[in-house]
Amino acid sequence: MSDQEKTIDPEKERRKIKSVKTMKDIMTHYYIEAKTAEETGKKVAWITSGGPVEPLIAMDVIPVYPENHGAMIGASKMGTDLCEKAEGMGYSGDLCTYALADIACSTVNGGPIGGLPKPDMLVCGNNICGTVLKWYEVQARYYDVPLFILDTPFCHTEFSDEARQYVRRQIDEYLVFLETVCGKKCDHDHLRDVGRLSMEGQRLWQAVLDTTMNKPAPMSAFDAFFHLALIVTLRGTQTVVDYYTGLLEEMKNRVAEGISAVPEERYRLLWDNLPIWFKTRWLSDKFAAHKACLVADTYTSAWCGSLPYLDENNFLESMAEGYSRIYLNIGTDRMAEMVVEMIDKYEVDGLVMHSNRSCKPYSLGQYDIARIVQEKRGLPTLIIEANMTDARSFSESQIDTRIDAFMEVLKG
Amino acid sequence: MEAMQPFHDIAADPKAYARAWKERTGGKVIGTLCSYAPEELILAAGALGFRIVGGSGAISKADVHLQAYSCSLVRGALEDALDNQLDFLDGAVFPHTCDSIQRLSDIWRMNAKTGFHLDVVLPVKLNTASARDYMTAVMAKARSELGGMLGQTIADDDIRQAIDTYNRIRAKMETLYTLRRDCPGVIAGGDVHAITRAAMVMDRHDFLKGLSKVVDGVSAAAKAFSGPDPKRIFLSGGVCNLPDIYGPIEASGGAVVGDDLCTGSRQMLGAIDDQDDLIEAIGRRYMERAVCPAKHAGIRTRGEELVRRARAAKAQGVIFLYLKFCDPHAFDYPYLKDMLTAEGIPTLLVELEEQTASDGQFQTRCEAFMEML
Ligand code: SF4
Ligand code: SF4
Repeated sequence: MSDQEKTIDPEKERRKIKSVKTMKDIMTHYYIEAKTAEETGKKVAWITSGGPVEPLIAMDVIPVYPENHGAMIGASKMGTDLCEKAEGMGYSGDLCTYALADIACSTVNGGPIGGLPKPDMLVCGNNICGTVLKWYEVQARYYDVPLFILDTPFCHTEFSDEARQYVRRQIDEYLVFLETVCGKKCDHDHLRDVGRLSMEGQRLWQAVLDTTMNKPAPMSAFDAFFHLALIVTLRGTQTVVDYYTGLLEEMKNRVAEGISAVPEERYRLLWDNLPIWFKTRWLSDKFAAHKACLVADTYTSAWCGSLPYLDENNFLESMAEGYSRIYLNIGTDRMAEMVVEMIDKYEVDGLVMHSNRSCKPYSLGQYDIARIVQEKRGLPTLIIEANMTDARSFSESQIDTRIDAFMEVLKG
Repeated sequence: MEAMQPFHDIAADPKAYARAWKERTGGKVIGTLCSYAPEELILAAGALGFRIVGGSGAISKADVHLQAYSCSLVRGALEDALDNQLDFLDGAVFPHTCDSIQRLSDIWRMNAKTGFHLDVVLPVKLNTASARDYMTAVMAKARSELGGMLGQTIADDDIRQAIDTYNRIRAKMETLYTLRRDCPGVIAGGDVHAITRAAMVMDRHDFLKGLSKVVDGVSAAAKAFSGPDPKRIFLSGGVCNLPDIYGPIEASGGAVVGDDLCTGSRQMLGAIDDQDDLIEAIGRRYMERAVCPAKHAGIRTRGEELVRRARAAKAQGVIFLYLKFCDPHAFDYPYLKDMLTAEGIPTLLVELEEQTASDGQFQTRCEAFMEML
């Protein structure tokens, strides 16, 4: 006890983000509510991270995110075990490990919170990948509950008029689906308010992320990975708006007081792809030791990327476009343009790409993006091959050496 | 059978065939990346549809663009393109299917020099009214864009004729499949493989003529056929680019009596019913034919279809042939296997990598499987 007191470093304490506790409380409360839904008579929907959540909030359905759960499984280092279990069920170990962990978890109620609450319905948006389609089919068979698929045609070079009409019609079908499963009508005025709150939350989240334009950055991508959970799980609620308002305050104060995420920040890096959940601490310390801060990333900003297409006064109409034109549902060249925009905006010195064996739509094309970044901005890229939840393919000593070598290049 | 020779020649070197065809006719050759490419429109435009399956050699140039955890089809196809082996193409058509092909399309568009690039962004859902309407709209768009890229308008009459040709081809293929099912061994697996392979690259009119001859020959042979009683095997899975998988199956006493391969029956069967709206009719076939695992037509549709077809073929066993790193198939495997097991049909899973079929291990596994049946 007294030993511990001695090791408290006031400098480190000052650097800690104080909102973390509030965030943990909100998430705990959220999961308790979700897990006791059966007693309170609320319906639970499982939904993909890019799925249209606002109608669920408007219908008072509790949205639950297997992907967020996957992240928790990864962070608590329970991923490998569950993935092995899924392999025992006949699933190839090369599949998305969020899906593998979730599919296995359902059968044993494992993981850090003893499994997710049973769904009353499944809502799958394929704007992030084709994997979620297959994954939700598996769960629809397992739980024997209705499945709604929001099919958002991929935008290689355009979002066509045909696609717009198709997605728009599906938004109506979605509302009918929800009304049928819930046995009540959707209150459109309420939905409009939820839409407004959703956009407000997205704006605030973007503002939080933008505070890292400051030098030094008051937070890092590793912090963003943590604080992201709310914009994913609860967007469209006042809770999110309040929380990010507070977080933004805190970040602004840190900037004013010169508190940085990384002591003596010298190098600024951009992260691409999902986090390596079981190694975030190690990676963060590793880069910090080189005075390098990962100031931004392509992942956490994906939840506000469609703001330009959303219309507060016409939320329902604009959802079709907003949900189709998200980061992973666009062509590789467009993604590269966005990466270059972020490089300029956050004034970074290099790119760190997680080549994620779990996630093909995010990872295939990365080599071309790295090449474009090199051509357009002359910046180097470090590619780390790993897997977001399953530690088996992570080679720590090799990656350690490669980070050192990369930082040597940056230091010139 | 003599009539088989042209098919074997083409299957052995499809690229040489396409090059010679182009030289001979002065026509355009259009590469296609999956069985959802609207080939009827390509034929209606007077061009040659050429299905790209890759796999003709070692991968080096593609490694600059694609991680090693992408399937060999995607890597092999890109390798061929970057290695200038597809320089005879005037364009490439990418239907939307799996995540890997989706990104391959982007990478291809940015790096390959194979003429124009057309993405046909099909619906992923196939079982709703709005998806049907979207499918029709996508087909109409493909028709005008393809025409535009080829510098022509694709006329109704040409589409009607193309549909007619494909319907005849598919009807003949159906007959061939039926003969193979009712009289296993009457045609060698390697022959059927050569035919399906040629079907994806050969001048479709010539193909129809050649196919008719083969089917006549096989029908005649079937009447007087008597052979050993082989174990009846159904093949299920994705792309099979490897002719030598049939050898080991037959050598261990089996015969293939049916398949749902994406380079087999999935692309070869299903008629386009003629009706007023040609474009809608083409789209409808793609909505209703055997569904690819990257598409959705219900949560048990593929399993029910597989069981139905395996039973109709009186299959004693099902061999799943998947490419390593193929997500859509790998997700379906456990439930398909369970449904077959519940029907009392044993299964064998074979994950194909380039050399799997010829390395002897496949032969051993086949033998063990046949013994079990
Ligand atoms: S990690 Fe990738 S493949 Fe897995 S669910 Fe997310 S987007 Fe899809
Ligand atoms: S084999 Fe599978 S992963 Fe490869 S292209 Fe076909 S569907 Fe996609």
